[in-house]
Parts: sequence; C-alpha cells; structure tokens
Amino acid sequence: MNQITNANSQRKNAGQWRFALSPTGNAGDGIFRGLMFAAALLILVIVVVMIVALAAKSTLSIQRFGFGFLTSREWDPVKGQFGALPFIYGTVVSSAIAVLIAVPLSLGIAVFLVEQAPSYLARPITFMVELLAAIPSVVYGLWGIFVLAPFLRVHVEPRLGSWLGWLPLFRGSITGIGLLTGGIMLAIMVTPIITAVVRDVLEAVPNSQREAALALGATKWETTRVVLVNGVPGIAGAVMLGLGRALGETMAVTMVIGNRAEISASLFAPSYTIASAIANEFTEATGDIYLSSLVELGLILFLVTFAVNGLARVLVWNVTRRSGAAA
Amino acid sequence: MRRLTNLAMTTFTALCTLFAILVLVIILGYIAWKGIGSVSLRFLLDSPRPVGEGGGIGNAILGSLVLLLLSSVFGMPIGISVGVYLSEFGKGTFASLVRFFVDTLTGIPSIVTGVFVYAIIVVPLKHFSAFAGGVALSLIMIPIVARTTEEMIKLVPQSLREGALALGAPQWRVTLGIVIPAAASGIATGAMLAVARVSGETAPLLFTAFGSRFFNYHLDQPIASLTVQIYNYAISPYNEWHAQAWAATLVLMTLILGINVVVRFLTRKKF
Repeated sequence: MNQITNANSQRKNAGQWRFALSPTGNAGDGIFRGLMFAAALLILVIVVVMIVALAAKSTLSIQRFGFGFLTSREWDPVKGQFGALPFIYGTVVSSAIAVLIAVPLSLGIAVFLVEQAPSYLARPITFMVELLAAIPSVVYGLWGIFVLAPFLRVHVEPRLGSWLGWLPLFRGSITGIGLLTGGIMLAIMVTPIITAVVRDVLEAVPNSQREAALALGATKWETTRVVLVNGVPGIAGAVMLGLGRALGETMAVTMVIGNRAEISASLFAPSYTIASAIANEFTEATGDIYLSSLVELGLILFLVTFAVNGLARVLVWNVTRRSGAAA
Repeated sequence: MRRLTNLAMTTFTALCTLFAILVLVIILGYIAWKGIGSVSLRFLLDSPRPVGEGGGIGNAILGSLVLLLLSSVFGMPIGISVGVYLSEFGKGTFASLVRFFVDTLTGIPSIVTGVFVYAIIVVPLKHFSAFAGGVALSLIMIPIVARTTEEMIKLVPQSLREGALALGAPQWRVTLGIVIPAAASGIATGAMLAVARVSGETAPLLFTAFGSRFFNYHLDQPIASLTVQIYNYAISPYNEWHAQAWAATLVLMTLILGINVVVRFLTRKKF
C-alpha cells in the first residue's frame, strides 16, 4: 500500500516537473519557455556578475585602504594615496542642490499638467518635457560650458555673492565653473524624470478625492493639496529616482564642475564627483592601485544607486499597484 | 486670502512649466544657431584633421551607426525575450525579482556599466574595441526594451490568446504568431526609443570603444562615436573644434529628435 502511494507520488512529482516546463505537454512550449526563462535569468546573472567583477577589480584598494578610503581627503596618484571623501562630498552636494531645485519645479509642472492645464495644452507640454529628458548628457555639458556657466558667472553668482556673501556658501572667486553650476545642470536634467513619475502618481489618485474636496467648498489649490497629500509616498519615490539619476550623472557634470579633488565650503569652488572622477582619470590611470581605487569608486556608486533606485521602485510600485486595484 | 493663495499657486505652477519649456527652447535654439554654420557635406564625410585644417565627423557618424547596430544585435533579442517572459510567464517570486532587477538596472549610472565592461572585456582582450562599446550600450538597452515590451504585450487582449489556444495552437505559437505581432508596433516604438537613448550615451564609451581619429572597419579596434567626439572637442581649447562640437551636436540631436517625433506621431492615435 505504502509502496503504491510512493510510486504514485513519484510519478506525480515527475509530472509536475514536466508540467512546470511545458504545461501543455508540447515540446515547442518547453523550448520556448526555456529560452525566455534563460533571458530573464540573464538579467540576474548580469547584476550579480557586475557586483562580483567590480568587487574583484577593487580588492587591491579595499585591502590597502579599508574603510579609510571613504574618510580620507587625500587623492594623490603620485604618492599612491587614495581617499574618496572629496568625490563623495562633491557628489552629495551637487545632487542635493539638484534635488532642492528640481523638486519644487517638477511638482509645479506635474500639478500644472494634471490638475490645471486643459488636455490640448497638457499633451504638447508633456511631450516637450519628455524631450528635455531625451537630450543626451554630453549635449547638456556642451551647453553648460558655453551658455550656462558664462551666464551664471556674469549674472547670477556676483548677485548671490553680494546678497548672501555673509554665508560661507557664497564666498570665493567667481568662475562659473563649480559645484553650483554642476548642481543647476543636474537640476535641469532630473526635472523631466521627477515630473514624469509625479504625473503618473497624481493621475493615480482617484477622482473621488478631488470631487470630495471640491464639494466641501475647497479652492482649486486646496483640492490640489489633498491630491498631493494622497500621493506623498509616490512623490517620495519620484524624488528618490531623480536623486539616483543625479548621483550617477557623468558627462554634463564632468564638463562644468571643475574637476578638482578638494573640499571647499563655497558652492562657487570647483569640485569633483565620483562619476566624473572615473570618467576623467580612468584611461590615464597608471598603476594597479590607482585603477583599483577608481573601480572601487564605481563599486560605491553602483551600490548607492542600486539602493536608492530599489527604494524608489518600492515606493512607486506601491502607489501604482494600489490605484490599479482601485481601477 | 484663500483665493489669493489659489491664484499664487496657479501662477507658480504655470511659471514652472513655462521655465521648463523655455530651457528646452533655449538649448535647442542654441544648438541650431551655433551648429548650422559649420555643417557641410564635407564636414559630414571627412574624418578629423589637426586644428586649422577643417576636418569632419564622417568617421564618428559611421562609428556611432556601427555601435548602435552592434548594441541592437546584442540587446534587442535579449530585451524582447525578457519582456515576453515577464508578460507571458511572469508570475511568482522569480518574475518579481527579475522585474525589480530590470528596473534597478535602468537606474545604474552608465559610467558604471562602462567600468564593468572594461573589466570583463577590455582587460582580457587587452585593448579598446568597437565590440566592447557595443556590449556596454546593449547593457543599457536591455532593461529599457524589456520594460516597454512587457507593457506593450500586456495591452494585447486576453481574448486573442484564448481564441488561438482554443483552436488548438500550442502556447509558443500563440505567443510568437499572435501576441507578438499584435504588439509589434508598440515593441518597435519602444526599441526606437531605446536606440535614441543609447545613441546619446558617452560615459560608457569612454573606456570601451574609446574613440578614434580614423575610419575604422574592424570590430576589435577602437572606434569613434559622435558623443565622444563632441566631448573631446568641447573640452579642447580651440574655437574651431568648439564650432565642430556644436555642428556634431546638431547632427546628433537631429537623429534623436527625429526618432522621438516619429515615435510620437506613430503612437498618437493609440494613447
């Protein structure tokens, strides 16, 4: 009796295994499913190999400098001393400037497109904002060098210096090339990304919320506030997405930030980001420890953007999934 | 007071929008204005020459096309397959994991992709190559294509699949013969947008395809690209090269905007 059940369950197991590959029992189905599965598996393999390869190439510098790599201010290829703090500082500050400028701007645009503009206006404007995202980084950089940086040098930075010069942030010599320019450049670049996601989030807020607010006598803006409060987790996700993009943006920043591995309190001073250090020095890196340090910078950037993007996705997914269920 | 706040905020959102449009117009206008003067047939066909002798971007245009072709050959089949997997078989933990990784892969800085390809292809082969550049670009292309393919295939009505299955077709033939053709135009526009996105990439090419001042027809040699050329000319100290950078940008932007406008036109009726 027992043996029969055993044999039966074995046959059933084998059947299940085959069923998993090809539920219809058709050989073509099994092959096709296998191929598609292999492609999907490749995605996981790529990510894992990426981490392993970057870690392997940076072992030399990880072993030599340890955690000191993150806290040392000295980046001196001649002496073989490598510390990432100036790059981390430049990356964090330029991204912070970008987010500070881009968030209100993107919220304004998204609210305008979803809550206020009639559809004959909203459609072409949406397309134009999307085009802003389609402009390549290197083109922003070219424009930054020859248009934005001179404009800031002549019109904006002297004024900031005279009005807010009592803050150490706005002191120092004015060149138009530096942290502030890099941050503004990034703000322009991440605005279309944040706008697009916030727009989706606002559109996912059910209309009953708006109707309820309007019915209670709220003005258009008060209604919008209700909608915004509803979308807070999604908006947070959108900001994280923009931040992830700003942290890793390379070419445009490299071209306007000045590329000097120094930490200065002034936003006018030249600085350096992780991404631009890799872009600038990678092909010139002589010596294993120099190259290994640059790869370690890449590994740090990978892990940070991976975490930021992952968090952003979770936040945005929750919002859109909820609205999907409601609709 | 409430009305005043309302008015103020409405004005604020409109100004934000106006600002974004203004930035777009200024950037595009500048490229057209600065670029148009240096574009000529000779410029489009010639390869770079030393300062003062003119020269052009013919090899860079060819190089960009080669890189785009290579990356499409590597990236499209994989990207579309992943999209098909996610939409047709994509239930359960594994699929969610893949979806999550695809999304985060989209957000990985392209410079990191460049470092990665340098480590796994350039170092073992011991020199920069068009091949490495193509792989780097395809890694950026795959997640974009995968996501748009998934979205597009999900739009295909379930009744179409059920009808074909009811007629006795095996599932693989339903997917390949019915579902994918039904979503083909959507998948194609997604693919075009991915090409447009990748054609503007510079960072992953710096130490994979590297760049070249000559026409190159060998995939195992360094190859020029429009974006790297623009970068090198932009940071050079010569006015003549700056002018050429603007002209090359005009060519690149014509390609990218062209694709975007065509896609917009094709998808206008559906959405």
